[in-house]
Amino acid sequence: MILFTFKRFLQLIPVFFGATLLVYFLVFATPGDPIAALSGGKPMSPAVESALRAQYNLDQPFWVQYFLYLKNLVTFDLGQTFSGQPVADVIARAMPVTARLAVMALAIEAFFGIIFGVIAGLKKGKLFDSTVLVASLIVIAVPTFVLGFVLQFIVGVKLDWAKPTVGSTAPWGDLILPATVLGLVSLAYVLRLTRTSIIENKQADYVRTATAKGLSRRRVVMVHILRNSLIPVVTFLGADLGTLMGGAIVTEGIFNVPGIGNLVYQAVLKGETPTVVAVVSVLVVVFVIANLVVDLLYAWLDPRIRLV
Amino acid sequence: MSELLKKPTMFDSAQDDLPLLEIRDLAITFTTPEGPVNAVRKAHLTVMPGETVAIVGESGSGKSTTALSAIGLLPGNGKVTAGQIIFDGEDITHADEKRIIELRGSSIGMVPQDPMSNLNPVWKIGFQVQETLKANGLAGSNSKERVAQVLSDAGLPDAAKRAGQYPHEFSGGMRQRALIAIGLACRPRLLIADEPTSALDVTVQQQILDHLDTMTSELGTAVLLITHDLGLAAERAEKIVVMYKGQVVESGPALEILRNPVHPYTQRLVAAAPSLASKRLQSQRTEVAEEINAVVKAEHEITDDDVLQIKDLTKVFKIRKGLGRSEDFTAVDNVSLSVKRGTTTAIVGESGSGKSTVAQMVLSLLEPTSGSVIFDGQEMSNRSEKDLFKFRRRVQPIFQDPYGSLDPMYSIYRTIEEPLRIHGIGNAKSRQTRVKELLEHVSMPSSTMHRFPNELSGGQRQRIAIARALALNPEVIICDEAVSALDVLVQAQILNLLNKLQEELNLTYLFITHDLAVVRQIADDVCVMQHGRVVEYATTDEVFNNPQSEYTKNLLRSIPGATLRL
Repeated sequence: MILFTFKRFLQLIPVFFGATLLVYFLVFATPGDPIAALSGGKPMSPAVESALRAQYNLDQPFWVQYFLYLKNLVTFDLGQTFSGQPVADVIARAMPVTARLAVMALAIEAFFGIIFGVIAGLKKGKLFDSTVLVASLIVIAVPTFVLGFVLQFIVGVKLDWAKPTVGSTAPWGDLILPATVLGLVSLAYVLRLTRTSIIENKQADYVRTATAKGLSRRRVVMVHILRNSLIPVVTFLGADLGTLMGGAIVTEGIFNVPGIGNLVYQAVLKGETPTVVAVVSVLVVVFVIANLVVDLLYAWLDPRIRLV
Repeated sequence: MSELLKKPTMFDSAQDDLPLLEIRDLAITFTTPEGPVNAVRKAHLTVMPGETVAIVGESGSGKSTTALSAIGLLPGNGKVTAGQIIFDGEDITHADEKRIIELRGSSIGMVPQDPMSNLNPVWKIGFQVQETLKANGLAGSNSKERVAQVLSDAGLPDAAKRAGQYPHEFSGGMRQRALIAIGLACRPRLLIADEPTSALDVTVQQQILDHLDTMTSELGTAVLLITHDLGLAAERAEKIVVMYKGQVVESGPALEILRNPVHPYTQRLVAAAPSLASKRLQSQRTEVAEEINAVVKAEHEITDDDVLQIKDLTKVFKIRKGLGRSEDFTAVDNVSLSVKRGTTTAIVGESGSGKSTVAQMVLSLLEPTSGSVIFDGQEMSNRSEKDLFKFRRRVQPIFQDPYGSLDPMYSIYRTIEEPLRIHGIGNAKSRQTRVKELLEHVSMPSSTMHRFPNELSGGQRQRIAIARALALNPEVIICDEAVSALDVLVQAQILNLLNKLQEELNLTYLFITHDLAVVRQIADDVCVMQHGRVVEYATTDEVFNNPQSEYTKNLLRSIPGATLRL
C-alpha cells in the first residue's frame, strides 16, 4: 500500500506538467490583450506598455513564456498579479476560505445524503422514499444560481437566520448557508446513489444468510448492508471534493465569498496568466490527492480490491 | 458408506413422538406487477427430530420457498396466505419478528445454495462466524477459540489462521464449509440445507455431504434438504417430498419412492434422473448408435476417419504477480485425443481441469502454446483469416448458459439466420425456409421465430442455441457444458435431441462436461482430465466398468446415488 501511494505521487509529476501546459496555452490563446485590460482601456504611452510587456514576459513567444514560468515555479515563485502582489500570497489568503467552504459542503452532503438515502432505500416505495426522490429531482433540475439567490433571499433576508453575504475573513458560521447551496446538488446525487445501492444490497444473498443467522434487523442493516452500499458512495464523494473546490465560482459569487473561485474568475477576466495557472495547478494537485484518498478508502472498505 | 452415516429413523418409534417441524396445507403467494402468483399451494410435510427429509423438485417448483418460509425468509413480496407452520409444537406461521429472530440460528439453522454469493465479501470469515455465536448468546470470553473450533468441526483445515481471511481468499468448497459452520454454529435442532452443494464439483460435493451427515448425526440435528437431484436425495434422506408446480405431489420413504413412484411427475423424474437412469439409457443408445453406424457406413462407404485430432496440446498462461513479475500456469498439459466422425467424445473434469481451455483451442478462440489441432486432416495453426472463416462454418459451439449466449435484442429468426447471412448463404427467402427447417429439427414450432429469448424457457433457449449451431451444416459441434444449466427433465430432453440429431445428420460431438452421469448417456469415448492432464482415455463402457486411474474411480464413487441398489 505504501508502494501504491508512492507510485501515485509519482503520477502527479506528468499530470502537473500536462495541466499547467494546457491551462497556460488556453489563457494564452484567449482573445483580448491583458495589458489593455490592465489599463482599463485608457490609452497608454508605448514606452510604458512595452515595459509592462517585458515585465510579464508578454513580448516572448509562447514556449519561452511557459518555460520561464516553470523555471520560477521550481523555485516556488508563482509570479505576481498585475497589481503587484505575489500570486502565492493571494492564493494563501483565498485557499483556506474555499477549503473551509468545500469541506463544509462535503460534510453536509455526505451526512444528509447518506442518512436520507439509507432510509429511502430501506423503505422503498413508502411516503418518505417518494418525497425525497421528488425533492432530489427538483434540486438537481434547478440551476445553482437560482437556488443560491432564492435561499439567500429567504433564509438570509426574509427570515434573517443567517448572514446573506460573507465577510472578508469568512468565519465558519457565515459559511453555513453558502456551503448548503454548494453541496445541495451533490447531496441529491449522494442520496440517490445511496438509495439505489441499499436497494441492490438489501437483496443480496449474504444479507439473507446474515438474517438466517439470527442477527437483529439493526445489525443486519448496519454491518451487512451499509458498508457494502457505501463503496460507490465514497468514490463519488472523493471525486466530488475536487469538483466542490473548483466549482464554487457561482456560489462564491452570490455570497461574496473571498475564495479561490472569485479569485480565478477575476483573473480570467483580466487575462492574468500567472494567477490562473497557479490556481488551476493547485486544484489539480487537490484533485489528484482526493482521488488517491478515495482509492485508499476503497481498498479499506472492500478487501477484494488489491492496490497495485 | 452412506448407510453407515444415516441416522436412526424415527418412523417406527412411538406414535406420540412430536414432530419437530410440521407444515400443514401451506399456501404462499407473491405479489408481482402482473398480479398475484401462487408459488406454493397446499404443501404439507413433517420432519421428526433427528431425521433427514429431502424436498425434490425442479426450479420454480416452490421447494425453496416452502422451506424458507419456516424461518421467515420469504422475499418482501411473498406472504403465507393459508396453512400452518408448527415448529416443536409452537405455531410460528405468523409469529412476530422478535420470536422468529430468537429461533433463527439457535433453533433453526440454514446452509444456503451458492457459496460464492452467501458470504459478505467485506468481512473476514471469523467475524461472520463469531457474530452468529454472539447473536445467539454463545460467544463467551474465549470466542476466538470457539470460532476456530466451529470452523474446524466443519472440516476447514488450519481453521484458526483461515478465520482471519476474507471470503475471496477461499475456494468454493471452503466457503461452503464456512457456511455449514455458520449454519451449525449454535447447534440448531433443525438445519435447512438449500441445495448446499449444487454449485460444487462432485468430489467436493461428496466430501461436504458426508461431513454434513456426520455432523448432524452427532448433534442429533434434523435436516430439511432441498435438492433437484433425486439420486442425491435418495442417498442422503430417509424421507422424500416431491414438489411440482407449487404442490406436494408425492411423499414417503426415499427408496419406496424410487422403486414405486405413483405420481406421473415422479415417474418421469425417476426415469430421467441422470445419476440413476444413465445406465439404462446408455445401453439403448449404444444399440441404436451401432445400427446407425452400420447403415451410415454401408450407405456412404465411410471408413472410420478421425475428423478431429488433438496432438500434444499445451496451453500456458502467465499469471501476474505484480511489479512485472509473472508465473507460468499450465492450464492444459500435453493433451492428445482423436474423435471419429459421427461419434461423441466427452471431456470430463472438475473446475480448473482445463477442459474448457481445450474446447476453446479446438474452436480456435485461443492460440495453443504448443501442440496442434488437426481438423479433417488439416493443421489448424497459422491458418489464414479466410481458411479460419471456412473452418468456423464446419465447427460450431453450443455454450452452457442459454440465457447469456443468445442476444436478448435479436429475435429468434435473426439469431438463427445470422450465421447464414454472414457466410452469404442463400437469399432472404431461402434463408427463411432454412430457419423454419432448423426449428423443426429442434422440435420448436416455426411461430417461435418472431419471438425473443426472454419469452422462452431455459430448455427452449438451448434448443434455439442448437438450431443456430446447426444452421451452417457443421460437421463437428463443441458442446461446452451444454446441458448443465438445465433442470433434470429438460436436460434429458436436450440429450435425446442431441442423440437424434447425431443420427440424422452424422454429427460429431466434442462434449465438455463435469457430470459423469451425463457422459454415460451421450458419449462413446471419454477423456478424463485433472489439473490439465489426461488421466484416463477410453471408451465409455471401459471407463465406467473398469476405471484405471484412482481419480476416475473417485469421480465415479462421487456420483450421487451411485451406491443405491434399486
